[in-house]
Amino acid sequence: MSAGMNRNLRILVVEPDPERVREIVEALQSAGWSDVQAMTRVATLDRTVKAFAPDIVLIDLANPDRDTLEQITQATEASKRAVALFVDRTDDTLTQAALNAGVSAYVVDGLQMDRIKPVLETAVARFKITRQMQSELDAAKRALVDRKTIDRAKGIIMRQRALSEDAAYALLRKTAMDQSRKVIDVAQALVTAADLLS
Amino acid sequence: MTGTVLNCGYVPLVDCAPLVIAKELGFAAEQGLALNLVQQPSWSALRDMLALGHLDAAQMLSPMPVAMSLGLGSLPADVDTLMVLSVNGTVFGVSNPLAADLEGVSFGDAPALLSALARRKGATLRIGVPFHYSMHRLLLSYWTAAAPEMTVEEVTVPPPRMADAVGEGFVDAFWVGEPWGSVAVQKGVAQLMMTGRDVWQFAPEKVLAARHDWVVENDDLARRLMVAVYQAAAWLDAPKNKPLAVEILGRSAHLSMSTDLIDPAVSGQLVPRPDAPPQTIDRFIQFHNHAANFPWRSQAAWIGHQLGIDAAGIARAKASFRSDLYRRHLGDFGSDMPGASEKVEGSLQVETAVASSRGHLILAPDAFFDGRTFDFSPIE
Repeated sequence: MSAGMNRNLRILVVEPDPERVREIVEALQSAGWSDVQAMTRVATLDRTVKAFAPDIVLIDLANPDRDTLEQITQATEASKRAVALFVDRTDDTLTQAALNAGVSAYVVDGLQMDRIKPVLETAVARFKITRQMQSELDAAKRALVDRKTIDRAKGIIMRQRALSEDAAYALLRKTAMDQSRKVIDVAQALVTAADLLS
Repeated sequence: MTGTVLNCGYVPLVDCAPLVIAKELGFAAEQGLALNLVQQPSWSALRDMLALGHLDAAQMLSPMPVAMSLGLGSLPADVDTLMVLSVNGTVFGVSNPLAADLEGVSFGDAPALLSALARRKGATLRIGVPFHYSMHRLLLSYWTAAAPEMTVEEVTVPPPRMADAVGEGFVDAFWVGEPWGSVAVQKGVAQLMMTGRDVWQFAPEKVLAARHDWVVENDDLARRLMVAVYQAAAWLDAPKNKPLAVEILGRSAHLSMSTDLIDPAVSGQLVPRPDAPPQTIDRFIQFHNHAANFPWRSQAAWIGHQLGIDAAGIARAKASFRSDLYRRHLGDFGSDMPGASEKVEGSLQVETAVASSRGHLILAPDAFFDGRTFDFSPIE
């Protein structure tokens, strides 16, 4: 992760108060982050997230626009973003629990910017890990479903053609190669056909 | 304030009334609870605070605990629905320019309204909803699915901003809880076209929720909270109490809203256009009667079904609606319990007497606008 940690984070700040926006942007810049964009209204948030593609979005916990942001940062895989929230009181358990949940980071003490850098970096790293784990989980689930389908297809061939399991699989694989298709696609077609005819 | 402190999150909408009444009229105190109502700025914030243990219980949009328990959304957690806090209570409204295209559609006619919207030529219809996992959004999706030729974009807008969003043309229409529909009408930027119950006559709107772990570890606290809220809901649904309820809610620091904004929802008298007389809407919000507080497992199943989950997910959704707990904690208390914990959603066209523990239970109509029914009982 070290390479990712050192990269200049691209940060979007959502905050209605222009004075506070200025303070936040200054603090982020003095922490060494220059790629910061701020918006006071969420009306164009979806377009901004697409165009600016931030690594993380910062918003005050008390901001009612949170629900809008939440929907946009969850809507599609491509638009998913880490979100960090300013909280006006110190609460390390909350921050830790939120970080462990892998989604939002609660940046405590509002604008105590000396603490913001490690928290934001952890939040982004955590978010990436969670996302990675999720896609690995999805892949594992898909693989399991695929294996069940292939097992069923093998079973059908073994029964219909009186072949051994190995021979049934070899036939599946040969058919797939001959047709330039994947084994799972051939197996799926066979299972679907068998279901239709049974 | 003495008693066991219980932190309960809420969002200041008219239908948080059962929680406010439970506190202000002393129902919670009678149960030895110091009910601490903690206002939340957004549903996401409320969800996080409940999931992370900063709240013991919370008012939630009915799809929220189901979605969280199913691992949907950005913060999954096992969250149980202890009881339903309110049924119905939402409105669908359109901007003035859109209303001009809908001349002749009468208030509350969901099929005619949908046809008129679908006949319009032009761009995608942008419709504001308060939260992705809300009954508003599920009803909107269910209703507009009947007109697949129409393209709808659902936009999340915090309810207090709905009037401005429609006034400034950011959305063309909205589905929102009171008082925010009436606020848009009073500001002269929108017209109300129908209520949520014109799409589903008995839709669970807000629920009382708590983390599953918390419920297991705090059985008696959960019981006392449920009893207090149950009594508050019963008090709210007595017609003679309505004027006083509006007064108490208006004075309560928890809602900080003028009585003329609270009254339309509580009295069921909605003004759809500035120049029109109020419409009387039966059961605009149901807080208690007709077993409104009972967490029907079939309601959870319908929510899960609308969220597009599989059979295993439906079973998990059902289990999160704790009708078992409701029976155990409120049965002794004298509540008239339905004989079953599931019903065929959408099957009741009229008020219907059903089997119950005391034999006095009458269920209200729960039909859908398109007459469909949903039977989620396991296939034998």
